Amino acid sequence: MTDFDRITASRRGFMGFAAAGGAALALGAGAPATAQRTNARIVILGAGAGGAAIANRLSERLDGAQITVIDGRAEHWYQPGFTLIASGLRNANYAVSSTEQWLPRGINFVNEYAAELDPEANRVTTTGGQRIEYDYLIVSTGLTLDWDAVEGFDLSMVGPENGISAHYASPELAETSWHALDKFTDEGGVGMFGRPATEMKCAGAPVKICFLGEDIATTKGNRGKCEFIYNAQAPNLFGVPVIHHRVRQIMDERDITYRYSHVLKGIDLGAKTATYTTPEGEVTDRWDFINIVPPQRAPQVIRDSGLAWADRWTDQGWIEVDMQTLRHARYPNVFGIGDINGVPKGKTAASVKFHIPVVEDHLVAEIAGREGTRMYDGYTSCPLITRVGRAMLVEFDYEDNLTPSFPGVIAPLEELWISWLMKEVALKATYNAMLRGRA
Amino acid sequence: MEEFSFMTILAVFEEMFGRWLFWTMVAVAVIITVAWLYVLIRDRSMSMRKFLLAQLSMPIGGIAAVWFVMVMTNSGFSDIGGPIDWLVLLGVFAAGAVGFAILVYVVQSLLRGKPSDA
Repeated sequence: MTDFDRITASRRGFMGFAAAGGAALALGAGAPATAQRTNARIVILGAGAGGAAIANRLSERLDGAQITVIDGRAEHWYQPGFTLIASGLRNANYAVSSTEQWLPRGINFVNEYAAELDPEANRVTTTGGQRIEYDYLIVSTGLTLDWDAVEGFDLSMVGPENGISAHYASPELAETSWHALDKFTDEGGVGMFGRPATEMKCAGAPVKICFLGEDIATTKGNRGKCEFIYNAQAPNLFGVPVIHHRVRQIMDERDITYRYSHVLKGIDLGAKTATYTTPEGEVTDRWDFINIVPPQRAPQVIRDSGLAWADRWTDQGWIEVDMQTLRHARYPNVFGIGDINGVPKGKTAASVKFHIPVVEDHLVAEIAGREGTRMYDGYTSCPLITRVGRAMLVEFDYEDNLTPSFPGVIAPLEELWISWLMKEVALKATYNAMLRGRA
Repeated sequence: MEEFSFMTILAVFEEMFGRWLFWTMVAVAVIITVAWLYVLIRDRSMSMRKFLLAQLSMPIGGIAAVWFVMVMTNSGFSDIGGPIDWLVLLGVFAAGAVGFAILVYVVQSLLRGKPSDA
C-alpha cells in the first residue's frame, strides 16, 4: 500500500466517523460488487479469524462456489482478549463464542480436524475419514503452542498455588493465570516474564503482561516487594528497532529488569526455578511467579503436507507463501492467511485483517480469468498496553517502518488513553466485523 | 477490506453495542433531532428562555458523557497521555453537552406547548 493510499484511507475513516456521528443515513452507501459465477471447490482449512472472515468474503464475492470450511474446534476464541483476561479486566467468557456463528450460510462446515493434506492430489482427509477434494485451498489453521517443549511443565500446573501463568493457552487458563498474577502482586517476590525463540503470535503480548503486572502491583501499593524480570529471546526487546528502544526506555523508567538472549528451557516446580539457555550457557533462577509462553509451530498436519518451507523455519513448519501475494510458491492453487504463513512479520489478528483482501483479490481474479493486483506489505499492528488505561498503537511493516494509520493524530510511540480505548472498546467490535466479512 | 468506509464504521458500531441497541440509539438520536426541528418549525422561532435553560444544562450532559466513558472502561483521568487524549475527552464532553441541550430544549417545548404569542 502506498503512502497516498494510506492517507486517503485515514481521511475516509475520519469522514466515516463524522458521518456516523452525524446521523444514520446508511442507505445507498457503497454498492457490493457483482458476484463472480463459478463452480470452483474451495476448501478453507481452519475456521479461526482468517478462515471465518475469508469464508464470508468469498461467499459474498462468488456465486455458485462450493465452499467447505474444516475445523474440529467448536469454540471460537477471541485471542486478542486473552491479555485483558490475564490481567483481571475481563472474565474468560469474554473471549469465547461458537465457531459456527461466524460462518456464512450456504457453505459446508465440517466440524473435524484435518488428518492429512495432499497438495499433489488436491485433497484433505479429515480425522473422521472424509476425503474432500478441492480446486483451491486456503490454509488458515493458525498455529500450535508447543507446551511440551518447556521441560518440567504442563498446563495442569497453571494457577495461583504454583505461581504459574500461561495466558496463551485458553480463555479459562488466561483467567486462572490472572489469579496467579493477582496473588503475586499481593504477596510480592520475583516475577519472570519472557518469550520463546520461535516465531510467535502477537510478539507484544509477553511485554504487555509484564507491564500490566508491574502496573497492577504499583496500584496495589506493593511495587516495592515485587521484582519484574523480562527475558528476551534475542539481543532486543522487540524485533522492530524503534519499538525496541521505546520498550527498553519504559522498562528503565519503571525499574523492570530485562535480559537479552535468555530462552526458557524448562522449570522445576519443586525448587521454583527456571532454566534459561543463553549464549554463555545455561542460567537457573528462582521465581515466585512465572508467565510461560511456549515455542510455537505449524500444526503437524501442515508440517507433514509438503507445504512448509524446506530451508527456513525448519523446526517450525510455516508454509512457503509469497510474502506479497500470500500464494504458495509451489502450489499456485494454495493460499495462506494468518499465523500459518511463512512470512517475516506479523502473526496477529491485524495481519489477518490485511491478508484477507489480498487472498480474496488473487483468488477471485484467478477464477475470473484475470491477474490479482493487491499486495501485502507486511503491515501488522499491536496496541502495546503499557498500563491499565494506556497503550501505544504500534504499527509496522516488513521493512520495520512505522506505518501509523492516523499520522499526526495518534503518535505511535506515545502512551495514550485513546490507544487504550481502541484496545478495550473498539478492537473486539472491529474483529467481529472482520469475521463477518464487513471490516 | 482494510480501508475504512461508512459501512465498516456501521459494522463496527453494530458489533460494539449489538445490532438492536445500536440502531435503537440511532433511532432515539434521530427522533430527538426531528422533534427539535419540529418545534423550531412549529414555533417559527427559537425561544431564548428555553435556549438559556438548555445552555445552562450543557455541563450536566457533558459531565454525564465523560462519566459514562470512564465508568464503562478501565481508565480514568490519570490515563490522559497526550493532546489527542484531551481532544477525545473534549469531544466526549461536547457531544454529551450538545445532545443534552437539544434534549432539554425539545422537552421544554413539547411540555409547554406552542407559545400563544408566537
